Amino acid sequence: MIHYFIGNLGHACVIASFVSALAAAFSYWKSKQAPDSFRQEEWRKTARATFWIHAAAVLGIAISLFVIIGHHYFEYHYAYSYSDTKLQTYYLISTFWNGQEGSFLLWMFWHAVIGLVLMYTQRNWEAPVMIVFTLVQAFLASMILGVVLPGIDLKLGSSPFILLREAMADPIFQANPNFIPSEGQGLNPLLQNYWMVIHPPTLFLGFAATLVPFAFVVAGLWQRQYRDWIKPALPWSLFAGAVLGLGILMGGYWAYETLNFGGYWNWDPVENAVYVPWLVLVASIHTMITYKNSETALKASMILVVSVFILILYSTFLTRSGILGDASVHSFTDLGLSGQLFVYMMFFLLAAVALLVIRWKEIPTSEKEISVYSREFWIFAGATALCLMGFQVLLPTSFPVINKVLGLIGIDSKMATPGNQVAYYSNIQIWFAIVVALLSGTGQFFWWKRMDKSKLKAEMLAPVLITLILWAIVIAGARIYQPSYLLLSLAGLYIIVSSANVLRSVIKVNRSLAGGALAHIGVGLMLVGILFSAGYSRIVSLNNSGIAISNDLPDDFNRENLLLFLNEPRGMAGYDIEYKGERIEPRSGSGYIKKNDVYWTDDVFRVVAKKDILINGNLRYRQGDTIEVRPENTYYEIQMKKEGKLAATLYPRTQINPDMGGFLASPDIKRNPDRDIYTHVSNMMNPQAEPDWRKQDDQRVKLGQEFFANDYVAVMESISRLEELEGVELGAEDVAVKARIRVEGEYEPFYAEPIFVIKDRTPGVISSEIPDLGIRLTLVNIHPETSEFTIGLSQRQKNWVVIKAVEKPFINVLWLGTGVLMMGFFMAMIRRFREFRQISKA
Amino acid sequence: MKKSHIYIILVIGIAIAIIISTAGDASTYVNFDQAYQMAAAGNKASIHVVGELKKDEHGQVTGLEETPDHVSCTFILVDDQQKEQKVFYNQPIPPDMTKSEKVVVIGKYQNDLFIADKILLKCPSKYQEQKLKASL
Repeated sequence: MIHYFIGNLGHACVIASFVSALAAAFSYWKSKQAPDSFRQEEWRKTARATFWIHAAAVLGIAISLFVIIGHHYFEYHYAYSYSDTKLQTYYLISTFWNGQEGSFLLWMFWHAVIGLVLMYTQRNWEAPVMIVFTLVQAFLASMILGVVLPGIDLKLGSSPFILLREAMADPIFQANPNFIPSEGQGLNPLLQNYWMVIHPPTLFLGFAATLVPFAFVVAGLWQRQYRDWIKPALPWSLFAGAVLGLGILMGGYWAYETLNFGGYWNWDPVENAVYVPWLVLVASIHTMITYKNSETALKASMILVVSVFILILYSTFLTRSGILGDASVHSFTDLGLSGQLFVYMMFFLLAAVALLVIRWKEIPTSEKEISVYSREFWIFAGATALCLMGFQVLLPTSFPVINKVLGLIGIDSKMATPGNQVAYYSNIQIWFAIVVALLSGTGQFFWWKRMDKSKLKAEMLAPVLITLILWAIVIAGARIYQPSYLLLSLAGLYIIVSSANVLRSVIKVNRSLAGGALAHIGVGLMLVGILFSAGYSRIVSLNNSGIAISNDLPDDFNRENLLLFLNEPRGMAGYDIEYKGERIEPRSGSGYIKKNDVYWTDDVFRVVAKKDILINGNLRYRQGDTIEVRPENTYYEIQMKKEGKLAATLYPRTQINPDMGGFLASPDIKRNPDRDIYTHVSNMMNPQAEPDWRKQDDQRVKLGQEFFANDYVAVMESISRLEELEGVELGAEDVAVKARIRVEGEYEPFYAEPIFVIKDRTPGVISSEIPDLGIRLTLVNIHPETSEFTIGLSQRQKNWVVIKAVEKPFINVLWLGTGVLMMGFFMAMIRRFREFRQISKA
Repeated sequence: MKKSHIYIILVIGIAIAIIISTAGDASTYVNFDQAYQMAAAGNKASIHVVGELKKDEHGQVTGLEETPDHVSCTFILVDDQQKEQKVFYNQPIPPDMTKSEKVVVIGKYQNDLFIADKILLKCPSKYQEQKLKASL
């Protein structure tokens, strides 16, 4: 039965949210225009009530969608396309934002939450700020409206509540319109990762927070309150900076842990599209602080705050319109919303620019020239450098847009970013990073007091000396020779030392002011961490055996990868590493199961335990238990030992997906305080192919007699007659005999149970394989006259895997820096919120 | 002239420098004939070619082969001039390859073989899929 109600409810909520957003905007506008305070108050009440309705409607959409996903209503396109019945609850949550509609919804949800906060905290600004908010909400709601305007046949938005039969023209729906698939297509296994549960909400909260300063600047311009908007907007800018930064880094961390390109940042357009607004956001925070302290940089602050929001819209346009299709691996394809997105972006861009132009002459400016010895100069220069840094990334990312625009005016442009994106961007970004770090490091000295030439010299002497000493130690220790790396390490250390200097003096006076200094220390640490982890990452899985892994492979692959045979230790990066076999992952609970210990059932999602299975020393499954597993994932257990002691066990993963025609490798990381060893599978045995067995070798043995099976000592322990044999009907004349053979492996005994059958006077055999040893045993014949048995032995190549391992020195400095930066951001934010509260009380 | 004017001129100067260097280093989208000529002329830059995988009369992708060791693959790409070209990719067959509508290969010619350093796939979104999966 199709559950029509919940979808209709959801769709009704979408329409209600759209209408109520417009109604709230109208009411706030009326309240602004009302001639007396009584009517103002009346309209304000109406507007607030309407916005509450709007927020409730947004919540209603979210709940409806969750119900559809959570109850597996596969008659709905959204549930069918992005989920299945096997997903755990927390991945069902990420299903919510897997589709574009869901991510718009997530964005709207945060706007609604922030809108409610603003409604009750911004007495003087409520009406104009909320008008901007509600208009943005109306635009977002229109993206998921899914309504075709009658008459002009214009489709507005794409609804997450469409039924499968409305989205697909599969013939089955003609035969049976009420057909409901029993299973969904599931969530992309790559996204079944805890970071993908928290990364999108964080990122979208950051997106949503950038609307606040934008709304304030528009309100300030509109109400001619050119100076007053900064105080309430600043804490929100800091909030946005912290959350957006955190979201970006979570994405980077996910990539580091899950993808095998070997790093945390790939300069993919999708990444760039959030990196650029974040840089400009940070620049705007700095100019806003400058203005608060010295009345300069007001116009610059306005322009930057507007730019941040427009860049966020632009990034949405880039990633959601399909325009990046040829340039990015993981951009979304067009939902037919590109026109709507374009209108959305242009509306706010043109409105903000028009407002700025109209009011430009009225905006107060400071006439005094900025001195080089003022803090403003350094902050302003730093902000400029940040913007240029963003511009250098924005420009190539926009090539597809530029090509299209030039195409419209008849110029045939086919620009594309170069193949090696990492080098292309990093080689230029590094210089900007150096400049920004030097400027902000120097700017720190002006934090405290007015400086002149002689004072500055005295203040700078000690920190500069400390920096130079540290630098000398670092370059001597790490043997840095490359000019850009030399300068980046200098700049990074400089900003750390000079900010620590400020931190020292600030903490004595007032601890709550420490945010800025902390944030800058964080940036310095991040730069140093990035320099070492990226600039000095080193391949450690070097093949020194002199034997190529395969002649099919290019030379550099043979050189930079290690072939590991099962249970044969090899040396790598000061460790003895040993491949211990393939593992699978139970669907619930942690730990891994040996593939040798289970056999597969007809249902690929279930296996049965061959024996009692221990995980981390605890009995988890008894022999014969059915275990639910994730069949797409195989883990390769690799032990790392140092001087005979186990240092780590790594489980790099491959994800096989025949439907997707390939395999995806995910790394596992050995984390040391000073370096990560990042290991991923670069080649493996094809699990679908039948292995090549060498010619069978027969030998005669007696019960209890030891013999050699491929260099392993083996013994035939027992022989028993079978009354029943699965898959074979045994008649009265027929005989089935099973031998139990123990083979002593390197670490544990293995058992093989080959079977010999005589059915209808015809002999037959069922061989038994020990995959870990690469041998197959067959009971070929029985000789009652001599009490001997003929055992056939076939061998194949032992199980193997090829890995690549990269050492990333001091990557923890990057994560530490990230943490310090976030702490700094949040401390600064709390301080500015307090400042704002004191003002509103007074 | 005020200091701020000098500052603005400086900033504009840097911006122009960025534009020039970015446009100068940019790669371009070309077809296979142009790419071949570029390689023949000694141009070593890596370039983008957009095309579709070769398909047989049943719409099945043909010519997509993996080396026995599972680590690299070759496929036949048809560019917008309908020229077929064998492409070598030093990676296993990427996920979603056979589903892709368009493939962008980034790399250069080595003799008559196009060596792709990187490939991008443009896949139809689930919205454009008009068939239910067989697993129903």
